[in-house]
Amino acid sequence: MKKILTLALALCLCLTLAVSACAEGSVYYLNFKPEQDTQWQELAALYTEQTGVPVTVVTAASGQYETTLMSEIEKSDPPTLFQVNGPVGLANWSDYCYDLADTEIYKHLTSDAFALKDGDAVQGIAYVIETYGIIANTKLLEKAGYKAEDINTFAKLKEVADDIQARKDELGVDGAFTSAGMDGSSDWRFKTHLANMPIYYEYKADGISSTDAIKGTYLDNFKAIWDLYITDSTCDPALLASKTGNDAVAEFVGEKAVFYQNGTWAWGDISSLGAENITMLPILIGGEGEENQGLCTGTENFWCVNGTADQEDIDATLAFLEWVITSDEGRKSMSQDMGFVVPFDTFTGEYASSNPLVAVDTALTASGKVPVTWNFTTMPSEEWKNGLGSAMTAYAAGTGDWDAVVSAFVDGWATEYALSH
Amino acid sequence: MEKAIKRYWPVFLLPTLAAFIIGFIWPFLWGIYLSFHKFTTISKTTFVGLDNYFKVFADPTFVSAFWFTAKFTVVSTILINVIAFALALALTRGLKGTNIFRTVFFLPNLIGGIVLGYIWQILLNGLLTNLGKPLLALDATYGFWGLIILMCWQQIGYMMIIYIAGLQNVPGDLLEAASIDGATGFQALIKVKLPMVMPSITICSFLTLTNSFKLFDQNLSLTAGEPAKASQMLALNIYDTFYARSGAQWKGIGQAKAVVFFLLVIAIALVQLYFTRRKEVQQ
Repeated sequence: MKKILTLALALCLCLTLAVSACAEGSVYYLNFKPEQDTQWQELAALYTEQTGVPVTVVTAASGQYETTLMSEIEKSDPPTLFQVNGPVGLANWSDYCYDLADTEIYKHLTSDAFALKDGDAVQGIAYVIETYGIIANTKLLEKAGYKAEDINTFAKLKEVADDIQARKDELGVDGAFTSAGMDGSSDWRFKTHLANMPIYYEYKADGISSTDAIKGTYLDNFKAIWDLYITDSTCDPALLASKTGNDAVAEFVGEKAVFYQNGTWAWGDISSLGAENITMLPILIGGEGEENQGLCTGTENFWCVNGTADQEDIDATLAFLEWVITSDEGRKSMSQDMGFVVPFDTFTGEYASSNPLVAVDTALTASGKVPVTWNFTTMPSEEWKNGLGSAMTAYAAGTGDWDAVVSAFVDGWATEYALSH
Repeated sequence: MEKAIKRYWPVFLLPTLAAFIIGFIWPFLWGIYLSFHKFTTISKTTFVGLDNYFKVFADPTFVSAFWFTAKFTVVSTILINVIAFALALALTRGLKGTNIFRTVFFLPNLIGGIVLGYIWQILLNGLLTNLGKPLLALDATYGFWGLIILMCWQQIGYMMIIYIAGLQNVPGDLLEAASIDGATGFQALIKVKLPMVMPSITICSFLTLTNSFKLFDQNLSLTAGEPAKASQMLALNIYDTFYARSGAQWKGIGQAKAVVFFLLVIAIALVQLYFTRRKEVQQ
């Protein structure tokens, strides 16, 4: 018995040795997007089959990316490829970022706007571009007697929404907008994405791209759009604190509301309505020149290569990424299976995205509308967003006033910025 | 038998000891070490001395979380123990269906805290909506009582079982002697039963006190500290410090808060043990 055991142990030892000896570098990708986990796993398996280089893909649970990354990066086989969400996220990880300036993926990147830089060093590279706005059900809009193209100012949007709200019984809807749920599954649509609008206009007016103290010049506009969302809505504003993301999806897909603020990633949830019945409107808040304002387009997904990993692992990772963005399999997977708009010059023709919401964005940009940049990546901390979200929820329910929102926005920014630096 | 134990004690003791050291002592020592440092990951740390500790006490949210936690602990410890003891008394009288009731009261304890929190959030929000009151996430008072209701519901059954065991161990001859001497039911309860179940009271109050003080799951899922941290307890405050802030220095501050938190729990638990132990009597 003992002999067999010894033999078995010895065999195991040999196997481990053999495996570690033959592997020349390996790839470990800590993936951020749970929606695309299956596709990454398939892609990894395919690459290993073709080249023999082991690729491990692990997906962190939703909302747990930083936590997972923090513990994984300490391990003896740390992730060689991870991601950050923008300049603020990068601040935590810049010590771990390999300079990507001389790599193929950087050379293929279509614009420097999609890279995170520290001086000349390229620390992060975006791999997906996303767009959000007010998704609208054109069938219901036409039934109410309106056209999506005509809505190009806040005043017009308010007029349409108020009218739909007033005639909701006749139109068979519960409200103009889906519930602006402030539950954790949905509050980011407002405390982060909607809050981007006043920040965008303020940065534009001041000609800056980040700040240590926001002035809140456009907070009255922010109030106007938030009031519109919560008044012309499917539910009583006092109930928003418990409304979830799924509630909003259900209302929109059930044709109980005409407008739904979300982005290209939501296409899967609402595709049953049919591409011909869906369009996306810019989020209009009454800023200067908003007739030409487009959708909000940007990214918060940047690839970073772990510079503290072994050199052969870094090389293997760079080779893997190059394969992903240049090979037919990789391009097909990213553009069609994952449905991404990918900012590399290798994604043209059949590898352009087939997402109808992306097509709306492309058409709008082509017609001369100026995309709104994603400035929420400069928000000072998660804590700032939470404070703003709380104040917005309380204001909607009537237990708090708008001054608290202004204070969370302006004072909170300065405080949080000081605390994070 | 004794000889076998003498010979084989490491076999029984070492696995647990190893688990305890790996899972508790080692991370604990690391935690103390890290509370004096600034870090993002634990392999790259910079020593900052007592800085983190100064910042802990300069943070108003930590102090307000402490008072919220203290209030919660007092109310829930008293309520849970009183109700659990009353139930235990009622269910040791040999009433019909005693076993069914015991099982029913014990059941909530088998459900995890996060799940309970979400279920009670739906229930309480539904009730508050019908009453036309602000929801849990909008009013810290409702949040507080929501947490109390949730904790009572979850813990009473468990404490009840401990009290039942204690009450069943009260010797029958003592009670008989008391009734022959003319003690009323109430006197027998105060003078005989209570002193005899003092060990159970020690255990139950220790468990409820520490459970309430270090409550995390239920707080996270029921109110998540809303509105604006007004219903945030210490453990959640530490978690938020660690994860919701950007910048390396916050990890160290969160860690320092955790050490302070540990000392607080230890101090309170020791005081409580000292006082209830004093009341225990020998059978």
